[in-house]
Amino acid sequence: MQSSNGRHRDGGGGSESSSGRHEDQGEYGTASREVRYEDPWYDALASGWGEPDGTGGPAPAVPGARAGREEAAVRARDVYLEVQRSAAFQEVRSRYRRFVVPGVAIFLTWYVGYVVTATTAPGLMARPVAGAVNVAMVAGLGQFLTTFLLTWAYARHARLRRDRAALELRWDTQELTRGARGGVS
Amino acid sequence: MTGHHQTLALVLFSAFVAVTLGITTWVSRKRHGSAEEFYAGGRLFSPMENGFAIAGDYMSAASFLGVTGLIALFGYDGLLYVVGFLVAWLVVLFLVAELVRNCGRFTLADVIAARMTERPVRIAVGTSSVTVSVLYLVAQMVGAGSLVALLLGRTSEAAQAWTVIGVGALMVIYVSLGGMRATTWIQIVKAVLLLSGTVALTVLVLLHFHGDIDRLLFTAAERSGHGKAFLAPGLKYGGSWSARLDFISLGLALVLGTAGLPHILSRFYTVPTARAARRSAVWSIGLIGSFYLMTIVLGFGAAALVGPDAVRASNASGNTAVPLLALDLGGGAGSTGGTVLFAIVAAVAFATILAVVAGITLASSASVAHDLYATLRRPHARHRGEVAVARTAAVGIGVVAIALGLLARDMNVAFLVGLAFAVAASANLPVLLYSLFWRNFTTRGAVWAVYGGLVPALALVVLSPVVSGSPGALFPGVDFQYFPLQNPGIVSVPLGFLAGWLGTVTSDEVPDEARHAETEVRSLTGAGAV
Repeated sequence: MQSSNGRHRDGGGGSESSSGRHEDQGEYGTASREVRYEDPWYDALASGWGEPDGTGGPAPAVPGARAGREEAAVRARDVYLEVQRSAAFQEVRSRYRRFVVPGVAIFLTWYVGYVVTATTAPGLMARPVAGAVNVAMVAGLGQFLTTFLLTWAYARHARLRRDRAALELRWDTQELTRGARGGVS
Repeated sequence: MTGHHQTLALVLFSAFVAVTLGITTWVSRKRHGSAEEFYAGGRLFSPMENGFAIAGDYMSAASFLGVTGLIALFGYDGLLYVVGFLVAWLVVLFLVAELVRNCGRFTLADVIAARMTERPVRIAVGTSSVTVSVLYLVAQMVGAGSLVALLLGRTSEAAQAWTVIGVGALMVIYVSLGGMRATTWIQIVKAVLLLSGTVALTVLVLLHFHGDIDRLLFTAAERSGHGKAFLAPGLKYGGSWSARLDFISLGLALVLGTAGLPHILSRFYTVPTARAARRSAVWSIGLIGSFYLMTIVLGFGAAALVGPDAVRASNASGNTAVPLLALDLGGGAGSTGGTVLFAIVAAVAFATILAVVAGITLASSASVAHDLYATLRRPHARHRGEVAVARTAAVGIGVVAIALGLLARDMNVAFLVGLAFAVAASANLPVLLYSLFWRNFTTRGAVWAVYGGLVPALALVVLSPVVSGSPGALFPGVDFQYFPLQNPGIVSVPLGFLAGWLGTVTSDEVPDEARHAETEVRSLTGAGAV
């Protein structure tokens, strides 16, 4: 984790180099093939992970590197497709979706239901429960409670069921992309 | 309000300004001047620090003063706002925080442009981000002007104008000199101040009622003159069907808008990993949730102790409920306790406004420099550093915000905030969710999603009773009101999603499978994240 930062702090160069990279993208404009290889993501990989090389991204001025880099980038594209099709990634993705899709459905329904009931059926909401507390108060505090509970559940699920697998995939993917672009930086 | 309050409030506020300027100079002395440093503060903040900073960014004066005022005046209907503000964080946590941290660099447009043809997407998303930021900024500036003048007891037009100019100047200094690092520390200081102030007042209110919440609620209901109706929904948003629909529209905008606010999204880039982004969102939900629970107590406390009539007499929209409550809790006007508490609350309110305004200015200057300038500048123009452009943009945005803040001086602050949320939910959220989760999403879909949400949202506002055709309108003299609701969310949010879908199915562009794979793998694993 820290290495990614380290690279950027050391190798990020000045404002000049980083803006230069972006302006390059702007110039090419349309989806010519070059644009893809100027993508900041590729830059981050092309200069080598965790190896502060001090140049801050590739040097587009070197004409000889271009052909090699294109080939390498094509291979890097395949890496992502390959990883996406791998069983390990599909497992991480389905764990994420199996938790998030029902979670979002539940809290959005509960929230919209609450707002709609509050505005269309104030009589129901005014029904007393205990002392000064009525249905509306219970529902409002219930929203707070479910928000806290879902936050806790999500954080726990992500920590126990996703983090380790995602981290392994991250390093594997980065190793593969570096392999695919080998020797460029 | 006597001179004592004001002197003490001014002293405390000057102390805050001095401390924050100190932070700014200290930080900018060590700055490296890189984009990484300016936009993302070096990306090395801890989740706890960032959680506090997010909370600081989010708990604006609109919630501290506006929502408590609404509760004090309308009882339960004020509470509905608070729930929307909080539940919105689940959208951020579940769908946005980690994924955006993993596949973006500095701005929202980074995430979307990675999959699409860069130029049109960056221009579209950059434009909508700047629009949202400027609306939000104007809301805070207007709030600052009226509030500060009111708290200082100088309600003259000139004092108000100078406050707006002063706030604008300070925020430009923070942002253009200190960048993200200074802004983050200012948010943290402000969040701690605001939370301590709120905790202290809440404890005092609860002590006053000997911890008996029932008695607090009953007293508030009795004092309000509405009886039990004060504790149930309907006082503000009951009545006509358009008022009720308006509230549902606002509720939708609040819950979906937070995940599209550029200054909230850019906060996730200040931590090193997606895991840290998640943990900072969890921290901020805890802090924001507790803060809003306390504002409910403060709102009902103000209704019970100060009384809605006194609140309304001081400020028609209730914005001064909390300062009045502080005065009352400290022993009333003229007492030392009252003076001190009032001054503290006033100073905290200043600090809140200043910090929020700085955060938004930074996010919008990032959009201008990183998205718009980098894309639109003439290819052979003189080469300028992006960070230099961002610093200049901060000054430009400051000037625009000051000018609009002076023009919109009399507009309702809560309305402007609701509008910013509605535009964020209509223009930014659909495109973000589509590009993160939809395999076949195309460039045309992305561009249509942004403009298809942005244009209707703004057009509906122009045609709404806020602008014309009603007594409180911006132009009460003319009538071109064709849309009955104040908040456009219920129409414009579905339109944004619809336009994105339409643009995608009608374009003949073949979605690039490899780039979708890349976005998906990156967003869930963090491979290649910066």
